[in-house]
Amino acid sequence: MKSGSNLEKVIASGKPAVTAELGPPMSADGHEVRKKARLLKGFCDAANITDCQTAVVRISSIAAAVIALQEGLEPVMQMTCRDRNRIAMQADLLGGAALGLRNCLCIAGDHQSFSAAGRLKGHPGAKNVYDVDTCQLVGILKKMRDEGKQEGGDPLEVAPKFFIGASWTPMADPVDFRPVNLMKKVNAGADFIQTQGIYDIEGFRSQMEKIRKMGLHERTAILGGIIVPKSAMMLKYMDSSVAGVSVPKSLIDRMNKVKAEAGEDKKKARELQEQEGLRITVELIHQVLETPGVKGVHIQAIEWESAIEGIVKAAGLYPRPAFD
Amino acid sequence: MIIGSQKPIEEIWEMVKDFRKVLVFGCNTCVAVCHAGGEKEAETIASLIRMRAQQEGKEMEVNHLGVMRHCEPEYFDPVMDEVKKYDLVLSTACGVGVNFLSDRTGNIPVYPGINTSFYGAVEAPGNFVELCAGCGNCILHMTGGICPIARCSKTLMNGPCGGTNNGKCEVSKDIDCAWFLIVERMKQLGTLEKLSEVIPPRNWSTSRDGGPRRVSLEHIRAYEEQEAQKAATAGGKK
Ligand code: SF4
Ligand code: SF4
Repeated sequence: MKSGSNLEKVIASGKPAVTAELGPPMSADGHEVRKKARLLKGFCDAANITDCQTAVVRISSIAAAVIALQEGLEPVMQMTCRDRNRIAMQADLLGGAALGLRNCLCIAGDHQSFSAAGRLKGHPGAKNVYDVDTCQLVGILKKMRDEGKQEGGDPLEVAPKFFIGASWTPMADPVDFRPVNLMKKVNAGADFIQTQGIYDIEGFRSQMEKIRKMGLHERTAILGGIIVPKSAMMLKYMDSSVAGVSVPKSLIDRMNKVKAEAGEDKKKARELQEQEGLRITVELIHQVLETPGVKGVHIQAIEWESAIEGIVKAAGLYPRPAFD
Repeated sequence: MIIGSQKPIEEIWEMVKDFRKVLVFGCNTCVAVCHAGGEKEAETIASLIRMRAQQEGKEMEVNHLGVMRHCEPEYFDPVMDEVKKYDLVLSTACGVGVNFLSDRTGNIPVYPGINTSFYGAVEAPGNFVELCAGCGNCILHMTGGICPIARCSKTLMNGPCGGTNNGKCEVSKDIDCAWFLIVERMKQLGTLEKLSEVIPPRNWSTSRDGGPRRVSLEHIRAYEEQEAQKAATAGGKK
């Protein structure tokens, strides 16, 4: 075992892994993290604790991850390259490991301009760091863990043992380069990969075919991303505005159909769309897991953590494997 | 070249309003090409300040002047006596020119008349684009001649982030994704396989992160010193 994390054990066991996501609050409300952690505990093998997602200031991933751990939920701490240089990154990795964290997902992070979207003021005038990029951060974690060395070469008496993750957007531009992108992350040392949300199963499968030809599915554990859709509007928005996500018309039509069934009743329209969203989610989970080379799913129910229990059960992925 | 852009006249007025004799001093190289701070623009700014002063009932003498460069003494030395007649020099050179001149004007302050934006090129008349960030260790041979440091919003070194959308950067539909361009260009050059290598963390000490930088050419310094010495000895014989 590289890290001994629960996620690593599940993946090593060969059973399909399930990860979920927990978004920390925009205030010092630790109770909110506990509440969400309790909703997820037992229904996933580990939960990503986002690191100031969309560049919005929230409880730090490490702090929220430790709270989750106290609640008995295994966290995947996240680290963006946006906010820290390699000095702060390594300091936080050492700290995270010392606090008992065993999984870390490395990501570039959304640009700070995203923080001012919608009603939020955010911090679009912030300076970004990008001292290192995702591939380089993955390499730093691997060097720390496997060679017991800091990036600069100084020895680590106690090495941080992380199960190292990275994200992958299989269908973003330039599409034919995306497999190389994944290969670089794997070569740098990514033990597991969580993909961007998949709705276009055909597109994903054709990328996975290339991945299998390259043998990458055997060198890293690919967890297919599932974003739980809540409404026709959300699907349309993701289709038009989220990079690397395209939503087949048939799925949008399905949502529109149930919405229309509710007529003028807004509450009913919402409920029916949510129910359809859960059905779509379970179908997507099956389709992703049936894709050769996939080792699990990463389910994101954004600000809807309570949905995870039902989804995991309906998908036949409950109970989750337990190890002692 | 260095690309500058004009400052709002309101901001300039706030800078200059308490001075009596103001020289708007243009630079006729880079910032003239981008229509920000050449002698012509200096003239316009000077007249705007004069108009404003008149409106506000302030007695001010505002003139303009221009030289080829503010970043080499030989260009502005000949007019230094004239420059020193003013209470304030509003330099419309880039920040380099403002700094450099300010070190040489004694009691007279030099204020910036424009915003210095970036190192760029003239894509089309009136369109200037940033293409290099002066990192001090060029790697363009590895990226198809397209700079990921200056042109990728996240200065990524190992390929695109997940935000590339229809060839555009996640930051704006008006920004090309540098990595999209790099991949396409390297395909065209038949060198795409170069991108398979993981580029390790960079040593940023050659860029601004290493502190202010200086380039010294030993042979030229040595020659200059020799010449100076020759001149001194020749003078001694007289
Ligand atoms: S690599 Fe450095 S020197 Fe070369 S173009 Fe980019 S910023 Fe300029
Ligand atoms: S979209 Fe392209 S240019 Fe923008 S940050 Fe990502 S890789 Fe860089």
